Amino acid sequence: MTTNVQRDLMDKLAEAARAGRVSRRSFMSTAMAAGISATTATGLWTKQAAAQPKSGGVFRVGIHDNNSSDSHDPGTYLSIQQIFLAHTHRSYLTLINTDQTLGGDVASEWTATPDAAEWTFKLRENVSFHSGKKMTADDVIASLNFHRGDATTSAAKALLADVEDITKPDDYTVVIKLTGPNADLPWLMTDYHLCICPAKDDGTIDWESGDGTGPYKIDEGAFGIGFKLSRHEGWHLEGAYFDAVEMLALNDPNARQAALVTGDVDAVSSIELKTMALLARDPNIVVENVPSASAITMPMFCDQAPFDNVDVRMALKLAMNRDEIVEKIAFGAAIPGNDFHHSPAQPYYPDGVEQLSYDPDKAKALLKKAGAEGLSVSLSTTDSVFSGAVDLCVLYAEQAKAAGIDVKVVREPSDGYYSDVWLKKPFCVVAWGARPTPDVMYTLAYKDDAAWNESHWKNPRFNELLLEGKGELDDAKRADIYREMAVIARDDGGTIIPFFRNFTYAHHAKVQNSGQLAASWEMDGCRAASRWWFS
Amino acid sequence: MGDILRLVGKRLGYGLITLLVVSILIFFAVELLPGDVAQAVLGQGATAETLAALRDRLGLDQPAIVRYFHWLIGAVQGDFGTSLVSGEKVSTAIAGRFVNTLFLASYAAAIAVPISILLGIVVALLRNTLFDRVANVLTLTSISSPEFFLGYILILYFAVKWQMFPAISSLSSDMSFVDLLHRSFLPALTLVLVVTAHMMRMTRAAIINLLASPYIEMARLKGAPPWKVIVKHALPNAWAPIINVVALNLAYLITGVVLVEVVFVYPGIGQLLVDSVQKRDFPIVQACCLIFAATFILLNLAADVGAILTNPRLRHPK
Repeated sequence: MTTNVQRDLMDKLAEAARAGRVSRRSFMSTAMAAGISATTATGLWTKQAAAQPKSGGVFRVGIHDNNSSDSHDPGTYLSIQQIFLAHTHRSYLTLINTDQTLGGDVASEWTATPDAAEWTFKLRENVSFHSGKKMTADDVIASLNFHRGDATTSAAKALLADVEDITKPDDYTVVIKLTGPNADLPWLMTDYHLCICPAKDDGTIDWESGDGTGPYKIDEGAFGIGFKLSRHEGWHLEGAYFDAVEMLALNDPNARQAALVTGDVDAVSSIELKTMALLARDPNIVVENVPSASAITMPMFCDQAPFDNVDVRMALKLAMNRDEIVEKIAFGAAIPGNDFHHSPAQPYYPDGVEQLSYDPDKAKALLKKAGAEGLSVSLSTTDSVFSGAVDLCVLYAEQAKAAGIDVKVVREPSDGYYSDVWLKKPFCVVAWGARPTPDVMYTLAYKDDAAWNESHWKNPRFNELLLEGKGELDDAKRADIYREMAVIARDDGGTIIPFFRNFTYAHHAKVQNSGQLAASWEMDGCRAASRWWFS
Repeated sequence: MGDILRLVGKRLGYGLITLLVVSILIFFAVELLPGDVAQAVLGQGATAETLAALRDRLGLDQPAIVRYFHWLIGAVQGDFGTSLVSGEKVSTAIAGRFVNTLFLASYAAAIAVPISILLGIVVALLRNTLFDRVANVLTLTSISSPEFFLGYILILYFAVKWQMFPAISSLSSDMSFVDLLHRSFLPALTLVLVVTAHMMRMTRAAIINLLASPYIEMARLKGAPPWKVIVKHALPNAWAPIINVVALNLAYLITGVVLVEVVFVYPGIGQLLVDSVQKRDFPIVQACCLIFAATFILLNLAADVGAILTNPRLRHPK
């Protein structure tokens, strides 16, 4: 119980902390001396003492996944280096807030026709490019059209496939007309490819110059090495507290960790799970562990024996001990999957869908029913899918033995895994990046006619619900639809989902954030540069 | 002297032919890799349509042999093309990083070559003593450990525990020369540890080998002190093998430092090569490999010329 005296003391302490008169460490020790538990005190420090953002400082951040061959071309965005940079020097129509809700970036508000087939976005009028040019509807339209049409090579082409036309009634309004209903369109606009670049007179965009409307402008830098950015004065949103940002390409996990510990950088992305607990012991370092919508999947070809039998699929699902996998493969930094590709970090998550648990006896009984006793399957994997992808399969093979299933782990070459193994081998391991909504994910990889229907799964009721949900603007009804779809996918689907990976990153204790972190990407939705500040 | 010039000319000619053969090998090796640049760029997000559009834009629909000759004709005229992935000119993509690699290599060489030759002479002088054994054990241990492991050990002590040097060597254009030396000290030291043993032991072996010769015995008999016997009488005849080993190690400092670059985040050419191979970015791979091949050819040539210049018998053939 917190007494009045304690509360009084805490108020004074919090005030001192806000004014920068006490460090986090002395704040903690004073608070604990006053009889407040460490957890409460930490919470107080982050919420009360430090919740006032302060401007200033150079934020040096070490990022993983950098290639020298990356470029500013938004159609080729793939690496974390590109995605983090994009959210730092460019803007999007909409964004995902730190509380996982949808908010406006360059768009201030949006409305749809009742059938959700036409969306109108109002643009903020105070958005400017780093070059000084004002951003208008022309820039937004050119930026979106860059990913459309026959000649585009953009990876986001599929995302905008059902956009029929984009028009502008005036300079600060954009109307997107779709071929069919899509209630998720504002969410889709947060996709990392769809950033706003300056339009050229011929309706194409200038992505080469690296100009953007984001919180920081690029001063110098090169992909694979790093970038120096400085604040874009007059940025249209709240934030951008740092005077400057230095992004460093730190591909090696040990280099990232060493750089953070020695103070060469203030924050790093993707810390090694094996040593996460050791790093967290350092009182100067805060480790963030944020549940995400990024799943590891094991698709089975439902139109190919033995996976064409739903009992065999369920037996393979029940033969997996997800808790052990989360503990040993993901070192606790994951949420166990339930074989529907919808994470608690996404909107409309159905709470209370019964979790599949490890049940080798039931799996055996199902195999007997299916006449597939002594089942033997080959599971393709490779280390580059994610660190631990081979270990995951070996552990699963051991667990499945108890159900009388022989899982043969096939180690494929890392090079070209996604062109030669994925969608080609009947049972393999895949890592999926986070998608903003369940509809996007299901449409991409679970719809019967999707190019990436990785499990060749065709369930009529599921597809019916998918279409229904897509056009439904009523949130309560949508939630019900996604609940039913989740149950169908879990019981009938052809994809085992061992777990959803957490984002794990770390920063120095002097780097503060709101206490809530967007789960769409690493580093607070890749917006750490504009959302965090120095205490 | 004329002989040497003729030799250099001939060897440079052979070198050009070697480079041509290397370029053919590299081209077809990259072609043999599974997948192509379009697939590598679009990655997991590739669809048949976007792949086709990108292949068309990059001209990958032409047969391999045609693309090779296009590249060769450009290269002969000094135009190494543009990166298939980023569209940047190959020369701009490589120039800055190659300068960094050369800087690190020279930095390491400036420390490693004098130290290892000096150590080699000293251990030859004190052969089979405790000092000789300790020096051998230490240098052999460092050459036997993987470079990244040496790098991590150095980071642990010099950066994390004692905080003398930075753990990462990210360079920027506004650094002073002293800053550069300070920033890149740990990667340079790692390379020094890796190459010292080879050069030191070669120096030691070459000198000890000569110590059994009659003319060394003569020098001893006339009463020359041991250090003078080695420095004045043995060393001049030992230069040829030493120079060869030094040249080999210098080439290694330029071509074999990818791991050190990764561990210390040093912006050199090795990482660029690895990234480009992954993305099948042929023009960059080709240019990097040709630079490496040219390095080996030139350093070997320099070693041969050095061996001739230090050996009067080769300088004045009968």
